[in-house]
Amino acid sequence: MASPGKPPVVHPALERNALGLTLRDYEGSMSTLCAGCGHDSVTAAIVRAFWELSTPPHRIAKLSGIGCSSKTPTYFVSGAHGFNSAHGRMPAIATGANAADRELAYIGISGDGDSLSIGLGQMVHAIRRNVDLLYVLENNGVYGLTKGQFSASADVGSKSKRGEPNPMAPIDPVTLALALGATFVARGFSGDKAQLVPILKAGIAHRGFALVDVVSPCVTFNDHEGSTKSYVHTRRHQVRAVLADFVPPAREITAAVGDGEATRVAMHDGSVVRFVAVPQNYDPTDRRAVFAYLQDQRGKGVIPTGLLFLDEGTPDLHEMSATIDVPLARVPYEKLCPGSRELERLQEEFR
Amino acid sequence: MKPTDTRDPAYYHKVVDCQWACPAHTNVPEYIRLIAQGRYTDAYMLNRESNVFPGVLGRTCDRPCEPACRRARVDGKPVAICRLKRVAADHRGEIADRLPRIPARKNGRRIACVGAGPASLTVANDLLPLGYEVTILEKLPEAGGLMRSNIPSFRLPGRVLDEEIGTILDMGVDIRYGTPVTSMKALLAEGFDAVFVGSGAPRGKDLDLPGRREAGGVHVGIEWLESVSFGHVDRIGERVLVIGVGNTAMDCCRTSRRLGGREIKVIARRTRQFFKASEWEIEDAEEEQVEIVVNHSPRRFVVEDGRLRGMEFDHAADTVFMPCDDVILAIGQEAAFPWIERDIGIEFTREGLPVVDPTTMESTLPGVLFGGDAAWGPKNIIWAVAHGHEAAISIHNRCSGVPVTERPPQGMNLVTQKMGLQEWSYHNEYNPAARAKMRHMDLGERLRRLDLEVELGFDAAQTAREAERCLNCDVETVFAESRCIECDACVDVCPLQCLTIAPDGGEEGLRPRLTAPARNAAQSLFASGALPQTGRIMVKDEDVCVHCGLCAERCPTSAWDMQKFELRIPYAGRPACTTKPEPASTISR
Ligand SMILES: Cc1cc2nc3c(=O)[nH]c(=O)nc-3n(C[C@H](O)[C@H](O)[C@H](O)COP(=O)(O)OP(=O)(O)OC[C@H]3O[C@@H](n4cnc5c(N)ncnc54)[C@H](O)[C@@H]3O)c2cc1C
Ligand SMILES: Cc1ncc(C[n+]2csc(CCOP(=O)(O)OP(=O)(O)O)c2C)c(N)n1
Ligand code: SF4
Ligand code: SF4
Ligand code: SF4
Ligand SMILES: [Mg+2]
Repeated sequence: MASPGKPPVVHPALERNALGLTLRDYEGSMSTLCAGCGHDSVTAAIVRAFWELSTPPHRIAKLSGIGCSSKTPTYFVSGAHGFNSAHGRMPAIATGANAADRELAYIGISGDGDSLSIGLGQMVHAIRRNVDLLYVLENNGVYGLTKGQFSASADVGSKSKRGEPNPMAPIDPVTLALALGATFVARGFSGDKAQLVPILKAGIAHRGFALVDVVSPCVTFNDHEGSTKSYVHTRRHQVRAVLADFVPPAREITAAVGDGEATRVAMHDGSVVRFVAVPQNYDPTDRRAVFAYLQDQRGKGVIPTGLLFLDEGTPDLHEMSATIDVPLARVPYEKLCPGSRELERLQEEFR
Repeated sequence: MKPTDTRDPAYYHKVVDCQWACPAHTNVPEYIRLIAQGRYTDAYMLNRESNVFPGVLGRTCDRPCEPACRRARVDGKPVAICRLKRVAADHRGEIADRLPRIPARKNGRRIACVGAGPASLTVANDLLPLGYEVTILEKLPEAGGLMRSNIPSFRLPGRVLDEEIGTILDMGVDIRYGTPVTSMKALLAEGFDAVFVGSGAPRGKDLDLPGRREAGGVHVGIEWLESVSFGHVDRIGERVLVIGVGNTAMDCCRTSRRLGGREIKVIARRTRQFFKASEWEIEDAEEEQVEIVVNHSPRRFVVEDGRLRGMEFDHAADTVFMPCDDVILAIGQEAAFPWIERDIGIEFTREGLPVVDPTTMESTLPGVLFGGDAAWGPKNIIWAVAHGHEAAISIHNRCSGVPVTERPPQGMNLVTQKMGLQEWSYHNEYNPAARAKMRHMDLGERLRRLDLEVELGFDAAQTAREAERCLNCDVETVFAESRCIECDACVDVCPLQCLTIAPDGGEEGLRPRLTAPARNAAQSLFASGALPQTGRIMVKDEDVCVHCGLCAERCPTSAWDMQKFELRIPYAGRPACTTKPEPASTISR
């Protein structure tokens, strides 16, 4: 028999979080992705991150576009709100949703095709507006869902499954986001959850746009020899450049600033990100230094990972727009839309 | 950690908790699947292979398998393994043509068995098909040992016993009833090639307290049950005190209830947690309005005018008097060998038990073997059967000129269950149903006669549901490390957090840092060799794996596969073979 779903039993010693929920309570339905897809591992990391943060499932909104990656919100936190938009349009929907209810935790899942081709114009504006959104870009160098065409993140020379090399230069979402002024920029690997989970937690805690570019191998169309987005290649070339810890609000940080511990950044919700190890002369809060480092690494064939840049000081969409604290969705309709007489009065003011 | 050697049959055998716990290593999950498919005769024969008395054991087995059952660890209650066995026995068809053929020409070897209990009967069952001539000498007028003389017919109907014992006797046992062996020396002088002592632990313990000698109406439990069983006793007083709280006590009180007893008390020295009786037997006794009195120690029998009036007990600081008409002593039994001379080379321990080798069952006198309750004191039927099988192997070794210590090894077989990409040939869906409750005959009805079987057996719906509660622990997760690409799919999907890809380390170090800490040290960890990409290892905690197959379903390279493990058990004259593993499945991405 094939399995219609996971058995409804749990490990008898399964831990519960502050809400009394187990990890399994943060799962979604069974994945229909290819067995071994990196995206499923990212899903597992997201499940763990929300569970560890004890985020109430109904206070989460998950959004996506089109692609295998964009299918994954179905596979985590079934209790959350969800919106599966048109190809590349997730940022617009997320911006609208966030404008209406600033209190939910927003997570957008996208792919390299969804974000860097059809949705590039969308993504950059969400960055520019600093929408309070954790943006997970599951990057496999191909359009997985449409059978493995090169995407805009494919490296020059990386080979397709049929053996043809990619001739065009890639768009690197990390440097792009840095250049656009993104306030949280990270890169991870689906095969390294020890690093990915704290990054995701920090991204959720971050107030503003948090880009997490995750190398997430397409096991079916881009995991062969010659691919630069395969499991083997990523393992050989990944460099954990920045090591960061996420310390939730309730827990006191007792450890002293250790050797090589560069910086601590206090997040808006009271949590703290501790940078435990960074490269020499590197400051994760200095955009120029991070840029310089990444430029320096280019061409060396390495894949630097970690929470690369963090700026908790830039206002987000709501602060920039000076909206009220109460989520607009909760303001009574009559107040939100006071009617034509009020509109006339307002227009009168500008005459 | 040292990579696990899964070619050792013991590794996967241990994962099949029930089979591992069963002294005879009955292939439980396989027979449960056969029952689920309605193949009752096949299920019965599979049982018979290892436990010889499926109909008897399906009602009376001590069921060491059930507390071991993995299902209990994930959902609180074990699979009703024993009751399912009974389903196979109750619904089986004709088996005559499936029994081993008995050669007309004998091999010229003659074996004597003392006592016709399950231990001796198993020896006969294993040796007769090999051409041995087996003589059983039995003191009583019928065969079966305590199964016949002590286990009451409301738990074990005579017809079930007759059938299963008959199957063995019909193989051509030379059984001599009413023949107590009174001298081992004399028996040995008869020139048998081997003597198997399966005489049980026939002596019921007495309670030597003031008044014991004068009082009539005081019975020793196992003797009294035997008298009832053979129809010598058919009544008891209205008020009965049963002393002791083991399984014998439960049979005594429930039998009393059917022979006129109305006010029956079972007296325990200590509290419930120390009771020796199986939980289900206590439940059944209480259902029949037997009162269990705890924390009372017998002090004396109260006898007036030569008549038993009652008993006195110490209870806390007080002395408590309880009136009664009869007392039944059920405080244990022991083996006794007044008929074995002490100067013929059979050594005994200080406790009066023979010195027996636990693997060969041989005593210190080569060619004389012990098994069942006679070997190490009272155990149960399934142990007696297990001893019988081992003793038969020893006897066959001896008669074939092979040292008894040379044990035939167990074998194994693994067969993939893969039918397609995500398709298995076993039912891997988890059935959340609760354990089925046994239906009982109405209280008023069942007490009318001694031989009305109380348990009615599972009906068809119960059987179907209960069979699906089995987790198929014999369908093993088999790992081929060379194929693993460390994508984590299996680790992520496992609903019970059994899997971890971790840097190598000692087992002690690994246990606490697995996906879910492996706290149950009684359960094995599987460890692979170094994985190709990172050199880390795959570790599986076997503890609560529900054998759902999801790890194998989600593995892109078929590094995990679900393969049915079959333990091949050697029996006398039938060595077990290991089938060469199939070439690794070619289904991959
Ligand atoms: C009341 C009671 C209830 C029990 N209920 C259960 C139960 O529900 N489930 C379970 O698994 N076990 C139960 N047992 C235990 C089980 O019956 C025994 O462990 C089992 O029968 C032992 O088998 P055996 O072959 O070693 O010997 P036995 O069954 O004791 O058979 C020994 C035979 O040898 C004969 N014998 C003895 N001495 C001589 C001699 N010198 N010469 C010739 N013959 C001799 C005896 O008459 C007897 O027939 C119960 C025991 C008792 C007392
Ligand atoms: C408007 C529109 N154009 C094209 C497509 C076809 N299409 C579906 S998914 C996809 C690319 C997905 O690639 P990516 O975002 O990298 O996701 P992956 O499957 O690799 O995870 C494309 C081009 C579409 N669905 N809609
Ligand atoms: S096609 Fe590639 S990206 Fe899509 S599910 Fe399969 S492995 Fe994952
Ligand atoms: S069969 Fe595999 S997925 Fe299922 S419980 Fe066992 S280890 Fe986990
Ligand atoms: S799913 Fe298969 S390939 Fe992936 S980690 Fe598990 S065993 Fe290895
Ligand atoms: Mg892609």
